[in-house]
Amino acid sequence: MPYTRPEFRLLPTASGYTEAFWTGGRDGHLLVYRCESCEQFFHPPGPICWRCRSRDVAPAPVSGRGRVATFTVNAQPWLPSLPPPYVVVLVELEEQPDVRIMSQLVDIDPAEVAIGMEVEVFFEHWSDEQRGDIWLPLFRPAGGVA
Amino acid sequence: MSRGPFDGRATISGIGQSAVGRRLMRDGLDLTIEAIERAVADAGLSFDDIDGVASYPGPGVPAPGFTGADVSQVQTALGIRSRWYMGSIETAAQVGPVIEACMAVALGLAQHVVVFRSVWEGTAQAGGGRASALVPGGELPPHLQYSAPFGALSAANWLGLPATRYMHDHGLTKEQLGQVALNGRRNAALNPAAIYRDPMTMEDYLSARVISTPFGLYDCDVPCDGATAIVVSRAGSAGLRRTPLVVESVGTGMYERPTWDQRADVTSMAAYDAAASMWERTSLTAADVDVAQLYDGFTFLTVSWLDALGLVEHGRAGDLLDGGDRIARDGDLPLNTSGGQLSAGRLHGFGHLHEACVQLWGEGGERQVARQPEIAVVGAGGGPVAGCLLLSNREA
Repeated sequence: MPYTRPEFRLLPTASGYTEAFWTGGRDGHLLVYRCESCEQFFHPPGPICWRCRSRDVAPAPVSGRGRVATFTVNAQPWLPSLPPPYVVVLVELEEQPDVRIMSQLVDIDPAEVAIGMEVEVFFEHWSDEQRGDIWLPLFRPAGGVA
Repeated sequence: MSRGPFDGRATISGIGQSAVGRRLMRDGLDLTIEAIERAVADAGLSFDDIDGVASYPGPGVPAPGFTGADVSQVQTALGIRSRWYMGSIETAAQVGPVIEACMAVALGLAQHVVVFRSVWEGTAQAGGGRASALVPGGELPPHLQYSAPFGALSAANWLGLPATRYMHDHGLTKEQLGQVALNGRRNAALNPAAIYRDPMTMEDYLSARVISTPFGLYDCDVPCDGATAIVVSRAGSAGLRRTPLVVESVGTGMYERPTWDQRADVTSMAAYDAAASMWERTSLTAADVDVAQLYDGFTFLTVSWLDALGLVEHGRAGDLLDGGDRIARDGDLPLNTSGGQLSAGRLHGFGHLHEACVQLWGEGGERQVARQPEIAVVGAGGGPVAGCLLLSNREA
């Protein structure tokens, strides 16, 4: 089932530490906070590395590739604009598998989704008056429709 | 040697529960007072004896019906002369205030603390109040910033993720998960206060509509109206109606970051840290537990608590649940003997605490477990919040 963009999504607020994650898609980048001291990524973003407590942290681009750490097929209609079923996924980053991004996995039959499957990011641009521009990172099977 | 973190000085002397129902059309304060009156009377005390009040979650949580009453409302309504009080959500889940009360009586800050958890979500959400928080243009609360944009709006979604991975990694089956729900329903049939008491078969469970895999309708608890209160008393208190229970240990740990999805083991949750800290504080072990009352807002949360507490070998919760016999009232480890939240209603952890006390006092009537228990464990919370208690009916 090819993905079609919904008419409405609940949008996050991109400000401060979260801005890079939600707007990196403008330039086609998934930006995840990385510690320059211990050279580890971490998520969600913040002012300090939780591992080594270095303040030398900044958003850095990752490949946008990863694997399905786990998933759930949602069958409950929570929002009229998002008719079920759809796949909520937790993606472990190729660069560092213990850093995980929650997202939606699309362009795949929910029955075909499997833990360990290779996926890649793409971005969906939204804007509204309160939040400005947001690029939501969504995922699809690596290399195109499965 | 010392007897747990409170050295036997913290006890539970009374319990009380208000009317419980899907939609009672009564407000939260009214239900709260009913539960507190019953708990104080159950202890054999009067309001003049009560000198402390504690509750979860404290004021300020906007979800409709989530907070039946806060501490100041109760103090105002009942005129309690408190020497000590607290109410907070940033604590060891719903039982955090019980633990705080134990500290207060152990340190002599209070003699008898009434601790309550009160919900009236059934009535408060009757007008669709819950969904109205998610209107276009509304600011998402912090815990939804990274999930709601992707349609992950419910704990059913957030917990479907670790549940799917646990089943994948450890071979837990849907039927084994279902035994948590079926066991609860069997026990609820013998609990007059339970909301759902009709028999449920495995076929009913498996054929229920899907909410978010692996969860169907009967993997999810139901919002209800109801308040529960307990009295935490300093050991040696005079005038009690019966021998109080001893709080042997408490689990308050938060070793990893309190997130839903970034723990080192994606199948685990805060319960593992709470459980580890509870066992570090006592010479008792998981093998000593006679009865378990483990949070079941979703079936998988009970699985997670069983695993976290070491009541099963890591990854082997399915073995204990398989077939349901071992978790029944006459099994090796009677579980959720009041019906749990799945069948008795979402009393938010305090239903489990209440039932642990009922069983330790041997007051379960028809649903009393076959072998009189001496040690009970209570696990409360899910995802990034957790707290647990180890209780006994041994002499203080």
